[in-house]
Amino acid sequence: MARLLEVKGLRTQFFTQDGVVNAVNGISYTLDEGETLGIVGESGCGKSVGVMSLIRLIPSPPGKIVAGEVLFDGQDLLKMSDGEIRSVRGNKIGMIFQDPMTSLNPVLTIGRQITEALQLHLGMNNAQARARAVELLELVGIPSAADRLDDYPHQFSGGMRQRVMIAMGLSCNPRLLIADEPTTALDVTIQAQIVDLVKKLRDELGMAVIWITHDLGVVAGLADRMAVMYAGMIVEEAEVKELYGNPRHPYTLGLLGSLPRLDQVSGQKLESIEGLPPDLIALPKGCPFYARCKYRIDKCKTENPSLQNVGVGHRIACWIDVTKDPVTTENPWQTA
Amino acid sequence: MLRFIIRRILGFIPVLLGVVIFTFFMARAIPGGPFDFIGDKSLPPSVVKNLEAKYHLDWPEWEQFISYLIGDELYIGPVKIFDLDPETPAYSYGVLRGDLGPSFRYRGQTVNDIIGRTFPLSAQLGVMAIILGLVIGVPAGIISALKQNTWLDYSATFVAVLGVSIPSLVMAPLLIWIFSVNLGWFPAATWGAKPPYFQNMFLTPGFDWGNYFSHAVMPVFALGTGLSATFARLMRASLLQVIREDYIRTARAKGLHESMVIYRHALKNSLIPVVTVIGPMFAALITGTLVIEQIFGLNGMGKHFVQSITNRDYAVVLGTILIYTIILVFSNLLVDLAYGWLDPRIRLDA
Amino acid sequence: MSSDNQEVLVKVKDLKMYFPITQGIVIQRHVGDIKAVDGITFNIHRGETLGLVGESGCGKSTTGRAILQLYTPTGGEVYFEGEEITGLKGEHLRKMRRRMQMIFQDPYASLNPRMTVGNIIAEPLEVHNILKRSERRDRVKELLEVVGLNPYFINRYPHEFSGGQRQRIGVARALALNPDFIVADEPISALDVSIQAQVINLLEDLQEQFGLTYLFIAHDLSVVRHISDRIAVMYLGKLVELADRHTLYDNPMHPYTQALLSAVPIPDPVIEEKRQRIILEGDVPSPQNPPKGCNFCTRCPKVFEPCYEQEPEFKEVEPGHWVACHLY
Repeated sequence: MARLLEVKGLRTQFFTQDGVVNAVNGISYTLDEGETLGIVGESGCGKSVGVMSLIRLIPSPPGKIVAGEVLFDGQDLLKMSDGEIRSVRGNKIGMIFQDPMTSLNPVLTIGRQITEALQLHLGMNNAQARARAVELLELVGIPSAADRLDDYPHQFSGGMRQRVMIAMGLSCNPRLLIADEPTTALDVTIQAQIVDLVKKLRDELGMAVIWITHDLGVVAGLADRMAVMYAGMIVEEAEVKELYGNPRHPYTLGLLGSLPRLDQVSGQKLESIEGLPPDLIALPKGCPFYARCKYRIDKCKTENPSLQNVGVGHRIACWIDVTKDPVTTENPWQTA
Repeated sequence: MLRFIIRRILGFIPVLLGVVIFTFFMARAIPGGPFDFIGDKSLPPSVVKNLEAKYHLDWPEWEQFISYLIGDELYIGPVKIFDLDPETPAYSYGVLRGDLGPSFRYRGQTVNDIIGRTFPLSAQLGVMAIILGLVIGVPAGIISALKQNTWLDYSATFVAVLGVSIPSLVMAPLLIWIFSVNLGWFPAATWGAKPPYFQNMFLTPGFDWGNYFSHAVMPVFALGTGLSATFARLMRASLLQVIREDYIRTARAKGLHESMVIYRHALKNSLIPVVTVIGPMFAALITGTLVIEQIFGLNGMGKHFVQSITNRDYAVVLGTILIYTIILVFSNLLVDLAYGWLDPRIRLDA
Repeated sequence: MSSDNQEVLVKVKDLKMYFPITQGIVIQRHVGDIKAVDGITFNIHRGETLGLVGESGCGKSTTGRAILQLYTPTGGEVYFEGEEITGLKGEHLRKMRRRMQMIFQDPYASLNPRMTVGNIIAEPLEVHNILKRSERRDRVKELLEVVGLNPYFINRYPHEFSGGQRQRIGVARALALNPDFIVADEPISALDVSIQAQVINLLEDLQEQFGLTYLFIAHDLSVVRHISDRIAVMYLGKLVELADRHTLYDNPMHPYTQALLSAVPIPDPVIEEKRQRIILEGDVPSPQNPPKGCNFCTRCPKVFEPCYEQEPEFKEVEPGHWVACHLY
């Protein structure tokens, strides 16, 4: 399939009073047409800032994209003029956000909020845009859509609001949909509805999806490929089955081990990752996971590994081969 | 909506009654009385006695209150006792029928007369000052929020802080000194003292606008600049908060131009704090501002209010407070209606 | 963790917690109730962990608070070691409170930012006037160590800690009075995945060490299944199913439990590929105006006539397996 997006060495920093926060530290990945990439990581790992940087939605100041290229359809989004990037946002690249309660403007009707992108990018008049908005609301499964166009967001439930957000994100038939933790604020049965809906729409409309989440469960049934982020870097990237079946980075291993699974009750303790992620203002010189890693060796403290292939389409940033090398310390946090 | 308004207006009745009761008895609880002194001289006891009898001050307070409420006519029948001055009715029709009674100290004048004469000027001053404050303050606040931490923001903030901290007590004489004394552009006083002025808020034929505004400009400016600083600071803080909201990010993610993001998605939401302060501010300003009226020699309500307190002119004190309260509750009602328009989540039908 | 000991520590009988809705400015007219908890009955055995799951707004947190008498229940009874604690007042209630503690969801909001960690943890000791002032400090240090924090942190303020560490402080505060029973209200849902595991492990260790009994309230079935011995499922103010954790997963009987289980994602793409989801239509009805008959009838895929008419009884269908459904 054709290459849709290529991110090269993207680096985003926030210049705050406390110092420079290294939010995204040189990440590179690609995405094909129609492909779904899951980006997982814990809060503060740079997964959101990473994708917001793609369409330059970083609050600036204090944020700044300091390096990298984002080739979308061969064009570098980071080099575009403000006008050009605006014609991409909401048009070729749609977005849905985490909290449907706060991501919709409470004082505008949802019809107004959906139609404005249609009028802007597709040049529709008001009547056309409203007709299209009704179609979109029906597409995302909002009952009696035409009657609800002039309702305000607070008149919808959380799940329904997220459907409205999806309708907005999809309004101009984007080729890429960026979904930033779209189900985190929702209940599990509603989450299932939304995941189901996005899957269905993706297959129908053939768009590519970047799905950001902290929940390794949600993306397992959704993504084609996965990237795991830690401290602003991608530490592991693989096809989805390979990543869950054969995780190779100690952090990925730790994440999967610390997750209780509904289908397995071992009666044993969870394998928690002790300690905390590093301070992004003062990143360590070596591997950012060093302090919490059970497999660490001396080299990890001084040299930060770059992503290397360890299998077909499987890259990790680690000096260690967890399949061969032994655990060097049971509880690294105590000895760090 | 209509139900909401009616319910609210019905709700005013106990509030107003409470205010009347409270101020009626509190005013009388203050030591001293209206006829202790006239000027520097004290009156002979016999005169004081007569005067007190005329205004029923010799009655028990609760009887005075009932007579104030429903009027002498209903309470003691249509008799004029001690008809010292045939021009002045010594009885009132009672507050309930809209008669605030005779003034104790301005002979021959009722409280209704005094307020009717002084309120128009105070109201014009207050309304124009608020408009000026909004016209300067809101755009200044918006600019300084959008250009946060630039020289524009800093200078706007500096001016705003200056505007808030310089009291009109300093501002007004300064204006007079510059524009009347030195430049001679505007008259220093006499606004409303002689025509042209609005008669009871209505325009008289052949109204001289130029003359009117040349009188009005300095008082309005002195009052309005302080307000504009307040509005600017509120607007800045509120807009700064709104543009950090998630839905602003959503609007940007749609590819909207930044001016559209602000105009359509941020402005309405950020007006709420400004609207909130306008309510009480409006009531306080249009019922008179002592300092400005004093300095510019305006015959406004504020001046009379303060004078009536020192004079223990109970009827004027009560009347002014009552008018203020009525304006306050109504302007708060307008604020609530404005909320409903600004934010659809606020339901007014309950 | 599992308890063969069947001694009932906490008994909840037909517990109801309604929040009145009133209208009017001067005279408050009572126009309805939000039936947050609407008649639930269950036991908690000594030494066990009972998991209480349900979606937001189902009344699970209110249940926890009503059991601890942080709310005065509208109806029903709660017994602790056989003694009724509903309606207890003053000194009796204070005495009882010492034995029942709570861990809160939000480690950011539930600690007073202007108090040192030492004062936060010592507060329950002060309130109940336990230990001399000088001994309290040692007790606090001991508690910090128990929850895996350095006793050296005693003079620090909450903002100096990460979310996981703050939750440990919350746990230490709950442990200060040596309680028997702890209600943990979504103790990990505000935390990151890797930190969640730390706190879960800590709670399990403490249970072993001090013989604690937990009511573990959460929305995440995977976590609840991991930590609990038995699981109660709540929907719209009522219990729909209660069983031990294996039975509940292997043989869920209530259609809501079935849907809930099928909606929980499993971090394994191979399994996810084969799973059949039961997608529930629509949203949870308002607890102010629950549907007639069974609460779940508006969304239930297996709904039939009686569900619209009659409220199903919460009954023991198999030994230890309780269900409220007309199908059984």
